[in-house]
Amino acid sequence: MLIRIELPFHLRTLAKTGSEVQVEVAGPATLAAALDALEARYPVLRGAIRDAITQKRRAFVRFYACEQDLSNDPQDTPLPAAIAEGREALLIIGAIAGGLKW
Amino acid sequence: MSGVRLLVGTHKGAFILTSDGKRKSWDISGPFFAGWELYHLKGSRLNPNRIYASQTSGWFGQQLQRSDDGGKTWEPVGNVFAYEGKPGPHKWYDNTPHPWEFKRVWHLEPSLTEPETVYAGVEDAGLFRSTDGGKSWQELPGLRNHASAPEWHPGAGGLCLHTILQDPSNPKRLYVAISAAGAFRSSDGGESWEPINRGLKSQYIPDPDAETGHCVHRIALHPGRPQTLYMQKHWDVMRSDDAGSNWREVSGNLPTDFGFALAVHSHQPETVYVVPIKSDSEHFPLEGRLQVFRSRTGGNEWEPLTQGLPRDCYVNVLRGAMSVDKLEPCGIYFGTTGGQVYASADEGESWQAAARDLPAVFSVEAQTL
Repeated sequence: MLIRIELPFHLRTLAKTGSEVQVEVAGPATLAAALDALEARYPVLRGAIRDAITQKRRAFVRFYACEQDLSNDPQDTPLPAAIAEGREALLIIGAIAGGLKW
Repeated sequence: MSGVRLLVGTHKGAFILTSDGKRKSWDISGPFFAGWELYHLKGSRLNPNRIYASQTSGWFGQQLQRSDDGGKTWEPVGNVFAYEGKPGPHKWYDNTPHPWEFKRVWHLEPSLTEPETVYAGVEDAGLFRSTDGGKSWQELPGLRNHASAPEWHPGAGGLCLHTILQDPSNPKRLYVAISAAGAFRSSDGGESWEPINRGLKSQYIPDPDAETGHCVHRIALHPGRPQTLYMQKHWDVMRSDDAGSNWREVSGNLPTDFGFALAVHSHQPETVYVVPIKSDSEHFPLEGRLQVFRSRTGGNEWEPLTQGLPRDCYVNVLRGAMSVDKLEPCGIYFGTTGGQVYASADEGESWQAAARDLPAVFSVEAQTL
């Protein structure tokens, strides 16, 4: 199935792609499967969304889908049907966070 | 040699400044990797068009970029920095144990002898090496496994390995500096390490003979006299004439000896440059007057260099933000947290802004083309 994923600005420039990408997921449509497919297609994103070694979500990256915050769900949780069926996009968002006033 | 290329890392991207040998007019290209923090860029002495860049973000982690055409185009290379084994803790600011965690690459040092080898100094302090042009990285764990490491504390900027030097007369000899652990030396290509901090005095360390714990901000050497090292410590400018085994203070008549940046003249091993900063509480020039100080006697006797540098100036000059070219006369360069890059084509006698309105400058590396 094709999963639509919307990327934040800095990951678009890193991957040299547009704001939305589509990746093919074989098997159950989970967050982990979508991220695995994304990283396989754009290897430069390995380590930018999840830690390259632990595979944990980076602290200031969040996952949203169908108005739900999936950020703290286990990565093997099935994605909502609208995401699995390609009707809506999985959103990867850089959290509004930081302390420096640069 | 026909010109100079300055590799400038900033808080919001990288910039490349180029000039002919007169070094009066500068072209600026960039920003590269706009919006990301570029802690350091450095070109290979063996192939100046091979440049490595550390691109980092609090959100999206570490990227390593490589250019093989002098910075015109870039390709991401390896960004996995895995410590060997299970790293133990170091000390946190409150003296409690804190897990060793990779945060970012502070310094990249291409090998002087092996074209595909490059070293990376990282936070939390560790030294990594790539032998395939940055595609993959392996830790040299002897440093992090030194017996003193569990007692290392971070400086205000983190527990960062921020300086790497390779001895051009003996490529197996490496030096690194870590804030706030001190300086270390390896004689076997980075396999084993010894602290080289004898003679350093730090008022916040009760033990006057402490082997580690010193907040070394920068070390530098002249390739023609590699036994002599210069150091800008948190406070104090220091010198060693025995490859770091013993240090003596050469702050001399500096109006303040706090600072970060330090560089050695490319043709005169006894000519050294520092940018004094008022204090560790006030990170800007003394009396708001930006001045470079030069010693032509290897320290102790310093003269201010002010022509072309501003008054009413309250910027900082960070540890990686000073460099020299190899032209005659020697060119000196430094960047500020106010986004200026100052250039001198006459050994520091006079200065002009090569760039005036960049983001805060983290690092400046001069390449002589």
